[in-house]
Amino acid sequence: MAEIVLDKVSKQYPDGALAVSDVDLTIADGEFIILVGPSGCGKSTTLNMIAGLEDITSGELRIDGERVNERAPKDRDIAMVFQSYALYPHMTVRENMAFPLRLAKVDDKTVRAKVDEAARILDLTQHLDRRPSNLSGGQRQRVAMGRAIVRDPKAFLMDEPLSNLDAKLRVQMRTSVAKIQKKLGTTTVYVTHDQTEAMTLGDRVVVMRGGLVQQIGSPQFLYEQPVNLFVAGFIGSPSMNFVPARLENSSVSSPLGNFPLTDRIRTLLEDADAPREVIMGLRPEHFEDATLLDDTAMSGGATFESTVDVLESMGSDKFAYFTLEGEMATSAELEELAADAGASDLSADGTQIITRLSASSQAKEGHPARIWFDTDKIHLFDPHNGRNFTYAD
Amino acid sequence: MSQTVVPPPGSTQPADPPRRQKVSEGKRAERKLAWLLCAPAALVMVAVTGYPIAYSIWLSLQRYDLRFPDQREFIGFDNYITVLSNGYWWNAFWVTSLITVISVVIELVLGMALALIMHRTLVARGLVRTVALIPYGIVTVVAAFSWRYAWTQDTGYLAELVAPESALLTERAPALAIIILAEVWKTVPFMALLLMAGLALVPEDLLKAASMDGASAWQRFTKVMLPVMKPAILVALLFRTLDAFRIFDNIFVLTAGAQETSSVSMITYSNLIRGLNLGIGSTMSVLIFVAVALIAFIFVKVFGTAAPGSDDRGRR
Ligand SMILES: Nc1ncnc2c1ncn2[C@@H]1O[C@H](COP(=O)(O)OP(=O)(O)OP(=O)(O)O)[C@@H](O)[C@H]1O
Ligand SMILES: [Mg+2]
Repeated sequence: MAEIVLDKVSKQYPDGALAVSDVDLTIADGEFIILVGPSGCGKSTTLNMIAGLEDITSGELRIDGERVNERAPKDRDIAMVFQSYALYPHMTVRENMAFPLRLAKVDDKTVRAKVDEAARILDLTQHLDRRPSNLSGGQRQRVAMGRAIVRDPKAFLMDEPLSNLDAKLRVQMRTSVAKIQKKLGTTTVYVTHDQTEAMTLGDRVVVMRGGLVQQIGSPQFLYEQPVNLFVAGFIGSPSMNFVPARLENSSVSSPLGNFPLTDRIRTLLEDADAPREVIMGLRPEHFEDATLLDDTAMSGGATFESTVDVLESMGSDKFAYFTLEGEMATSAELEELAADAGASDLSADGTQIITRLSASSQAKEGHPARIWFDTDKIHLFDPHNGRNFTYAD
Repeated sequence: MSQTVVPPPGSTQPADPPRRQKVSEGKRAERKLAWLLCAPAALVMVAVTGYPIAYSIWLSLQRYDLRFPDQREFIGFDNYITVLSNGYWWNAFWVTSLITVISVVIELVLGMALALIMHRTLVARGLVRTVALIPYGIVTVVAAFSWRYAWTQDTGYLAELVAPESALLTERAPALAIIILAEVWKTVPFMALLLMAGLALVPEDLLKAASMDGASAWQRFTKVMLPVMKPAILVALLFRTLDAFRIFDNIFVLTAGAQETSSVSMITYSNLIRGLNLGIGSTMSVLIFVAVALIAFIFVKVFGTAAPGSDDRGRR
């Protein structure tokens, strides 16, 4: 158990690449913290610096108040789970899990007891005498976890531990990782690429981009109050819709139509000194089929009408896709997000909108539908630096 | 490896050991085709290796001295008795074994060190590797001559440096040491190359995991790196041992076998080419062949060295 503090930690690789810059992060004792961000944003580098596998270029890393920058990994008492699992191929499962204990010169009886205990927790008991090459991906993953938990370290570091598993197994393992961490109460830093893991696993999430920390907060907070366009687009699946918008007196004109700003947003904007051209963001669940709403419900929002491009029924709700006329919102952040998602929606001209409607919606593919949206839930971003004008902490 | 573990329901069971099933029609045709396709290569192999071996064995069973061609006759295993009860042969055998064991051990240690250096260098990697390989690129006889000159009393710089008063190449122990030195110097790069291929098999993550698990650099080396690259080490040792056992050129140049420094190849050469005794010479070469085959057999069967090309232990 330990508190881990990163104090203005930066990493510059010998080739000059600045992988991580000025990360300030205090990880509380027993906390489960998630590092997310697009590929190459410096998540692994940050984790490796905590582990001691990479030198820290500048700044200070403290574990339980003690500076550990210069300490070798073996003296930090931290366990790590790798994406590749990194199991020792020449050892059995039991020997793999016992390895850290043997190195620590723990006596045989304790080793046996601890390995058996870990194997029981991870449901590996009947595989203890097998070799890693004879195990399935999920079993290997559990052995890697087991090797980390047997020694009762101060902290766990996990670098995309589940990304080599297939989707179903990943969901299962996600739950068991969460359970085990809760049970052991060990400080955990977890790197992931995966939206769902980020949202469901951690106490707090750190969103990184290009070596810089964008925002730190609970998953819910990041979802509701993204500090900038990047976080808004990165967190949430399907992701937030972005359209270009113009602020005129206290109303907005956008491809979704013209509508007045709510009082809450107007106040926030006044403080923020916003330009006239902005990017408006709205999450899919803040739309609804207008035919399902009565007048009182409709009063808190605005409506637009358009043809449904595609309708996906998920059972519990329906996703309706629209293409609105007008330019697409453009900004560096949005381009980066699109690149990371690997989805370049360049095919369509106009603005793509994804809405989540109730299952009872009668909207049909190829037919026009009238869609209501909650105008108090909109986010307004600076197109140049991505700042969220509607952010209020 | 026998496993008594019962796999849990739903888990993939390890494949059953291949059962001796009745071979299907198609399989049989395929096998026949395989043999046919191999046949030309096999024929060439038989012609260039099988025939000389058979011919040597045939010669070794005869009294056949070119100086006395009239006395040629079939004498069964008499030649073997002559050779195996001869002090010179056994001396050569022990000298060869000594050179083999000592030089291979030193080569392994130095080769591993060199391999680690070559594997780790980040700057001028190509240059380091090229420089390290120079000794291996020099023709052995040429290198042996330069060693001989270096160790010659009065004129050689190494002789001057180490022992100006004595002629080292004319004393048995120092001469053997110099032979081993020359052998080691020449083949360490080769060893290093083979081991470097093995090092590349050790995933970086494995070493990182070991440091996280609390292993020191030495423990990472002995407990993770060596076991993982064991197949590569064994193959390297096998190659080098077989090679070293047939040592000839270094000894030929450095001492010409004087002061009982002959290896088995040396003594075979003396009998066969210089002495023109085809019978005894062939007997000796057959014995060398048997010894080499035995070494290979021990490596493959006892240590479980994967024969080069087969891929079932090296894979993880
Ligand atoms: N050894 C290295 N030398 C030089 N640059 C490096 C090195 N390792 C990583 N980088 C650079 O540092 C940046 C951050 O890399 P890092 O591995 O931390 O990314 P990441 O967030 O873990 O990405 P991913 O999600 O793809 O694993 C990248 O731009 C990468 O190119
Ligand atoms: Mg990474």
